[in-house]
Amino acid sequence: MNLTRRQCLLLLLPAAAAGWEALQAGAPERAPNYDKTQHWWGMLLDISKCIGCGNCVRACAAENQVPPGYFRTWVERYRVRDEDMPYPQVDSPDGGMHGFPPIPADGMKEFFVPKMCNHCADSPCTQVCPVGATFITPDGVVLVDKEYCLGCRYCIQACPYGCRFFNPVTHTAEKCTLCYHRITKGLTTACCEACPTGARQLVDLKNPNDPIHAFLRTHNVAVLKPYLATGAKVFYNDLDGSVR
Amino acid sequence: MNRWRNGEHLLRVALVYGLGVVAFVLLRMALVPRSFGEFGHYRGNAIAETARQRPVFAGHQACNLCHSDVAALKRTGIHAGVHCEACHGPQAAHASDPGSVRPARLATARLCVRCHAANPARPAAFPQIDPRRHNPGLPCETCHPPHNPLQFLSQHS
Ligand code: HEC
Ligand code: HEC
Ligand code: HEC
Ligand code: HEC
Repeated sequence: MNLTRRQCLLLLLPAAAAGWEALQAGAPERAPNYDKTQHWWGMLLDISKCIGCGNCVRACAAENQVPPGYFRTWVERYRVRDEDMPYPQVDSPDGGMHGFPPIPADGMKEFFVPKMCNHCADSPCTQVCPVGATFITPDGVVLVDKEYCLGCRYCIQACPYGCRFFNPVTHTAEKCTLCYHRITKGLTTACCEACPTGARQLVDLKNPNDPIHAFLRTHNVAVLKPYLATGAKVFYNDLDGSVR
Repeated sequence: MNRWRNGEHLLRVALVYGLGVVAFVLLRMALVPRSFGEFGHYRGNAIAETARQRPVFAGHQACNLCHSDVAALKRTGIHAGVHCEACHGPQAAHASDPGSVRPARLATARLCVRCHAANPARPAAFPQIDPRRHNPGLPCETCHPPHNPLQFLSQHS
């Protein structure tokens, strides 16, 4: 077979085009068996099971290289006096990362509240982004596009739950990704993996066999700040009325 | 009929305008990322880029492959619901290359107390001890095998 240079180049063209295509697309590695349209992720946080050990906070920091002093998830200790329900005392030393030194019991009601991004279906934070760098994925996870974020901090102010922070290293907004790199591979989140009591559970609201549906029907479950109608998907079991 | 006789300048304006439109379209093509708008008002590829991050926790199923003895022991005990990496920390590196990455030894004096030290904020049903009064000075594992803490106690009582 005799190929002219011209024929050769023409033959190579599709390959070159494909290569260029891949370069332009950033050649993302797509998870092979994961279908974004078949999931709607959320989390169940069970206050009646949380022991405030801080495993989730440390696991999150290790899994996602969260800079020290910043938190994608953290644990708060609430202390409520009988006659002072609206004014609970809240502390969270190091985000609860190293646990909570016990305070001698003095008749107050005490409990732990893990906090994290609520992955709202109608999130205020994604609505204020001027460039479309934060968004909700088709499977219901609110993410930040690190490549595209300007660092204007609008979203950090917009989040009514205080779940975003400004990463001092990358100079972009950062938040919980619901361990998107894990849940798309069939793993649970790092915080759920490290939680010893099952106080944290990843839930898939689109999966009819997920035990969350029965749980929601049979328990007193609430979301934080329901009056803001953010469509929060982090459900709290046994949530005390004093929690904000 | 001579209305368009001096229309040359209009043509020039149209040309400049046309060039402007072409320049805008080209610039927009160059600046807007390929996948923008694939799923919504954002860069669709950002989803796959986030998913590309590497897990640091291997997940509890991973450990059972090689440590079936520990897993079997743990499954029968009260720590059945406590995942391996809740105590041993993130071990994805070890799970993928156990030959060169070895999990650190655990100091039970700190480890067990982190979960079991008495704290009034903990749910009352959770088993708690006061580390200063519950057999102080003895490492917890002398009496409680970490993977099945009540293994020997249940036989006696
Ligand atoms: C591919 C097989 C494999 C997997 C998966 C694996 N391990 Fe191991 N692990 C080993 C081997 C082999 C050793 C013994 C290493 C040695 O003695 O040098 C070991 C040793 C250990 C030790 C004891 C280290 C010591 O100092 O004695 C711990 C703890 C451990 N593994 C925890 C885990 C945990 C937790 C997981 C799950 C994330 C896990 N391993 C997954 C193969 C594995
Ligand atoms: C309650 C905390 C805890 C959990 C949960 C736990 N371990 Fe351990 N593990 C320990 C402690 C404590 C030691 C002893 C100290 C050391 O060797 O670091 C230990 C030791 C080991 C060892 C080495 C020596 C031995 O006893 O065989 C291996 C291997 C091991 N663990 C694997 C696992 C695996 C696999 C799992 C999950 C099935 C698991 N561990 C779950 C606390 C735990
Ligand atoms: C990550 C948290 C965690 C760590 C670390 C941990 N445990 Fe546990 N432990 C638990 C949970 C959860 C239970 C089950 C409680 C239940 O089901 O009521 C439990 C139960 C127990 C019980 C049974 C108590 C009872 O009477 O029911 C003992 C004893 C115990 N652990 C001892 C230990 C010892 C010893 C260590 C250190 C090697 C340790 N634990 C480390 C979480 C932990
Ligand atoms: C000398 C042996 C011994 C040592 C050392 C020891 N324990 Fe125990 N532990 C026991 C016995 C026996 C029981 C059951 C009887 C009881 O409740 O006191 C028990 C019970 C427990 C319980 C269940 C308490 C409850 O109220 O249900 C926990 C939790 C526990 N131990 C944790 C620990 C931890 C953590 C350490 C290390 C700091 C430790 N133990 C060290 C012997 C020991």
